Amino acid sequence: MSDKTRMVPLPSKAIVPERDALERPILEVSRLGINFGGLVAVEDFNIAVGRTEICGLIGPNGAGKTTIFNLLTKVYQPTSGAILLDGQDTASMNTVQVNQAGIARTFQNIRLFPSLSVEDNVKIGLHNQVRYPLITGVFRLPGFFRAERQAKDQAMELLSIFDMTDLASKKAGSLPYGAQRRLEFLRALATNPKLLLLDEPAAGMNPSETEELMASIKKIRDRFQIAIMLIEHDMRLVMGICEGIAVINYGKIIAKGTASEIQDNPEVIEAYLGKKKE
Amino acid sequence: MLTYGLVIAAYIILRILLAGGHVSSALQGQLVPITAYIVMAVSLNLTVGVLGELSLGHAGFMSVGAFTGVITSASLTSSVPEPALRLLFALIAGGIAAGLFGFLIGIPVLRLHGDYLAIVTLAFGEIIKNVVNTLYVGIGQSGLKIGMTSGNALNLGEGGKVILNGPMGAIGVQKISSFTAGFILILVTLFIILNLIDSRAGRAIMAVRDNKIAAESVGISVWRYRMTAFVTSAALAGAAGALYALNYSTVIARKFDFNTSILVLVFVVLGGMGNIRGSIIAATVLTILPEVLRAFNNVRMLIYAVILILVMLATNNVRLRAWFQRIRPGNGKTPVISGGGDGHE
Ligand SMILES: Nc1ncnc2c1ncn2[C@@H]1O[C@H](COP(=O)(O)OP(=O)(O)O)[C@@H](O)[C@H]1O
Ligand SMILES: [Mg+2]
Repeated sequence: MSDKTRMVPLPSKAIVPERDALERPILEVSRLGINFGGLVAVEDFNIAVGRTEICGLIGPNGAGKTTIFNLLTKVYQPTSGAILLDGQDTASMNTVQVNQAGIARTFQNIRLFPSLSVEDNVKIGLHNQVRYPLITGVFRLPGFFRAERQAKDQAMELLSIFDMTDLASKKAGSLPYGAQRRLEFLRALATNPKLLLLDEPAAGMNPSETEELMASIKKIRDRFQIAIMLIEHDMRLVMGICEGIAVINYGKIIAKGTASEIQDNPEVIEAYLGKKKE
Repeated sequence: MLTYGLVIAAYIILRILLAGGHVSSALQGQLVPITAYIVMAVSLNLTVGVLGELSLGHAGFMSVGAFTGVITSASLTSSVPEPALRLLFALIAGGIAAGLFGFLIGIPVLRLHGDYLAIVTLAFGEIIKNVVNTLYVGIGQSGLKIGMTSGNALNLGEGGKVILNGPMGAIGVQKISSFTAGFILILVTLFIILNLIDSRAGRAIMAVRDNKIAAESVGISVWRYRMTAFVTSAALAGAAGALYALNYSTVIARKFDFNTSILVLVFVVLGGMGNIRGSIIAATVLTILPEVLRAFNNVRMLIYAVILILVMLATNNVRLRAWFQRIRPGNGKTPVISGGGDGHE
């Protein structure tokens, strides 16, 4: 009889890209969960995301993917679990503070500022990057014009990533669907995140647009050296650019691995294709 | 720029007409109230049009500013004999007091989702009216005195003067407001609001209006920018109230009731949500109109109604429709339980 308890492996079987392995993951989530009334929407969700990883979150409709984004960004308060962003616990943070700490996102059903111009949408993303006091703005004090110039330059530079500079003065709400998605992406990027969450970025896009988007996501990751986590149903996109992939079903992770590991996983095949008849 | 030009041109034209004696005495009497209503409409537009929150108690802030302004002016009669300077102090005091009330209301209410602001501002307007009706304020040798029973109970002593006499309102007010002061207040209001809108804070306010959840997701504190807009709006209404009150020898609290709040809201809606120039035009036209129409006594209300409809058609009815959608409960708003979730219907 010993009073020492047995050693068990941790639930985390975290994997990150090799180039990120020497540094602490940008995101470490353990045992994250939430229930709405009786419904358990997410349960025991664990993941680690490398600092420059492109990570996919896939699963059938209603699996809880968007809910996970809402938990990470504190739109919902988790009922259990911990979220570490760059080693910092976000438990006490709200949505605004989480963004300031380095998580930015897009929304599955686009949420732009539709009555404002494309340029203003990006400038609003720059809110905490180019700052000046309220009084400086109202009374046009020194520093106002310089800061505004800086905001404009940065906004234009971001817009140029998707060749959208000539749309700058258009109303965001008047843009075609694909352009709205790209604008939302840029607005999130403008907040200078360490981790960017994209909720179905290719939804509603045609194959050639999707192709371009894949290249852009990689380009943005390389240029800004950030981690990107994306929810997507388009398997060509997911398998094409995601390094780590997590598969969710009924609010739980059922598999986690590289594209090829995921594709061969019987549980994943079952979740997507239904249980095979005996 | 066009808006400033419009106001300045209107002022110069009226000055010329006044000098030539071409302005009827009825209209002359309306000049200061018109400037006050313009400031009211423009400032309410900041809350309703730019921030997208419904306020039904804007006259309450006008009231706070009016009586604060009257008391300030009466207290400073001997120490600041110059009327223009005293008016300036009264406007600033009225603005600060109303802004403070806006802040106090905003602390609990602006954190909530939904149309609570409409309900609370409505109640605020009524409460302020009743509170002022029970207040007795006077100035005597020992300074300012406040009571709730009667003017005599203030014991002001020799040379004392009652400023606020309960339900009788403010009495014996020195009329120190002027058309020029009103004109300057409009310019200051425009300067503050137009610059605010066209700045980092203004973009944040409009972001909150367009999509609260998206605004939070890019690190904008919804509460903070709602507060910024609401307090600015209230403070300017307070200054307008002081200007208005100091144009009359007596001022009663009933003047700033729910009807006045709605009247100003009508100016804003007809002028166009978020359309500052529209607010100015609507406030001017709809304040003068009843006077002008007095000549056509029997068809007066008919003409008034027709003009209302024309103004409504002329301004943006697209936005109007959007607004009606907004104020219908549960429409275009996220249901409470999802608290702004997305991706599930
Ligand atoms: N605010 C909420 N209230 C109640 N149920 C919710 C709420 N948010 C999400 N859910 C439920 O959680 C489950 C997961 O939804 P979601 O995360 O949107 O799925 P998806 O994987 O398609 O993005 C669904 O059953 C959904 O109805
Ligand atoms: Mg979803």
